[in-house]
Amino acid sequence: MVKLRTLYEKIWDAHVVERRPDGTCLIYIDRHLVHEVTSPQAFEGLRLAGRKVRRPDLTLAVPDHNLPTTPRRDADGHRIPIADPESAQQLAALERNAPEFGVRLIGDADVEQGIVHVVGPEQGFTLPGTTLVCGDSHTSSHGALGALAFGIGTSEVEHVLATQTLLLKQSKTMEVVVEGKLGFGVTPKDVALAICGHIGTAGGTGYVMEYRGSVFRDMSIEGRLTVANMSIEAGARSGLFAPDDTTFAYLKGRPMAPKGADWDAAVAWWRTLVTDEGAQFDKTVVIDAADIVPTVTWGTSPEDVIAVTGVVPDPASFEDASKRAAAQKSLDYMGLTAGQKLADVPIEHVFIGSCTNSRIEDLRAAAALLDGRHIASGIKHAMVVPGSGLVKRQAEAEGLDRIFTDAGFEWREPGCSACLGMNPDKVPAGERCASTSNRNFMGRQGPGARTHLVSPAMAAAAAITGRLTDVRELLKKEEGMA
Amino acid sequence: MDKLTTVEGKAYPFGMKNVDTDIIIPSHWLKTISRNGMGRGAFEVLRKEPGNVFDDPAYAGSPILIAGDNFGCGSSREHAAWALGDLGIRVVIAPSFSDIFSSNAFKNGILTVVLPQQAIDRLMEVAQTDQIHVDLEQQTVTTQFQDRFSFEIDPFRKHCLLGGLDEIGLTLGDADGIGVYEAKVAQDRPWMIPAVA
Repeated sequence: MVKLRTLYEKIWDAHVVERRPDGTCLIYIDRHLVHEVTSPQAFEGLRLAGRKVRRPDLTLAVPDHNLPTTPRRDADGHRIPIADPESAQQLAALERNAPEFGVRLIGDADVEQGIVHVVGPEQGFTLPGTTLVCGDSHTSSHGALGALAFGIGTSEVEHVLATQTLLLKQSKTMEVVVEGKLGFGVTPKDVALAICGHIGTAGGTGYVMEYRGSVFRDMSIEGRLTVANMSIEAGARSGLFAPDDTTFAYLKGRPMAPKGADWDAAVAWWRTLVTDEGAQFDKTVVIDAADIVPTVTWGTSPEDVIAVTGVVPDPASFEDASKRAAAQKSLDYMGLTAGQKLADVPIEHVFIGSCTNSRIEDLRAAAALLDGRHIASGIKHAMVVPGSGLVKRQAEAEGLDRIFTDAGFEWREPGCSACLGMNPDKVPAGERCASTSNRNFMGRQGPGARTHLVSPAMAAAAAITGRLTDVRELLKKEEGMA
Repeated sequence: MDKLTTVEGKAYPFGMKNVDTDIIIPSHWLKTISRNGMGRGAFEVLRKEPGNVFDDPAYAGSPILIAGDNFGCGSSREHAAWALGDLGIRVVIAPSFSDIFSSNAFKNGILTVVLPQQAIDRLMEVAQTDQIHVDLEQQTVTTQFQDRFSFEIDPFRKHCLLGGLDEIGLTLGDADGIGVYEAKVAQDRPWMIPAVA
């Protein structure tokens, strides 16, 4: 009898180079994305040991983390120097290392440049059934296309560069099932936040997730990317969606995807990449779509989620003493008090961007709300940072840039931007940001910055009213007007 | 990688839960192209708080860190392991670790020891005044008060840490197997190689 396998187990089995007696496997890596922050020390390690990159053809370098999101070339096409010498040095290192080791570089001024996790799918570099790694924890994003994708540290980056493999132990499997239909105004980001709240930031540790159920089957690739992206916020290094017709339609014709007869052969194989009926998961989490509402975070961990219609929780309400202490610390940092209505919390900054929510659908959702409206007077700074140059170009072709700038937003060049405060885009200490990014950690968006994670539509709603806002109120008004 | 066999010394009684790698090393310290000198940025935000354990002279230079659940969650930055290593930490003891952090730590010769919360509570108490002894060969954490806690470790990781082995060198020793795999995939799934854009 053939063993019934999950999608994860099928991809794993197809990549075992060698199985050791203790269960550790040498796993082949099909795709390696490299960016400027976690690679310099890896290339330096290769150089010192006299090693080369084993498969430059499977490796793609894209700078994203600390590139400024202001224009990069002047009118004559000359580079505008990066003000921060350390950021400039990291970019220079990548621009030196990529050609030296024969790796293709999508440079800072190329139209294809963007956040690695936006560029990979967009270029068709990410494919179903591949193993894909990058020195960045949000590599889980690529699971949206059915790639077994996970973040690695710099030593592992060096290991993959040199050997195209990693030594890994097989993970446990968890299915996350959301059945039903998403309610009015509820987006994939709300689903991702709801999952973090349900599982907790450590709940997925040691597991690879597979997203199953009608909500995920009905979801666009952009939406799936948002959900898979935040798998790591629930502790899971990887989160998978079984590839389906939606996936194939998204990938067909992408520059680095298979063509012609290769395409047909690829699709035939990809169609086998589904969890066998009756295969067992180590853990099952079931969430009813009807229970998911527009969501915000109140604390300093992505598991600190609550309905936007709710109130700031009372630390005393937590059973565990250490959770009580952590909640109090979070509230002190966030400048919130127990019982305060979330919808009363004023916002000073709005950030629409990051590998979680910077794709064309995200920008369309935000622009739909902002069309004909303006940011509130209390908003000090609002910006949109498209995930890639191609997203930016598409948005401009649709006139979205004008909607954003007319509403009072800045329209920027692609990059990681204010998601992690590595480039000049930061939120000042003590100020509050409605952000479409993935982490509300202390100091994440800048020292002392206060982050509320929300969907693109909710970020737009907060910009319009100047406070955290239930997007459904504005959507209803729109419907009423129609 | 430096060998690790036994580590004896003071321990930071830190104990905090859900410590993310942004807390261990904030992102502005990631702009380096070197592995060195990151200890100065370690726990930067927490070190602004008076009375924090990292600036308490009683624990200065401790080779052991005792932490709470889910240590090292969040960003994959290996800089977190480099920062701890630069502080002189060789062992982190906690009830659980994020997968990526624990892998990064190991690759930098830092041992992550998983012990139940009860043991952590006891070690936090001992660390206030006395030294802690970690023996990788025996897989034990002991104190002079007859405390003895056993821990599990992946045999391969143990082997590498005890020998200070270079994992890339070990894998390249297996290059034939990698070549065989590549040849098979080239035949079965030739479309796996990215189309040239």
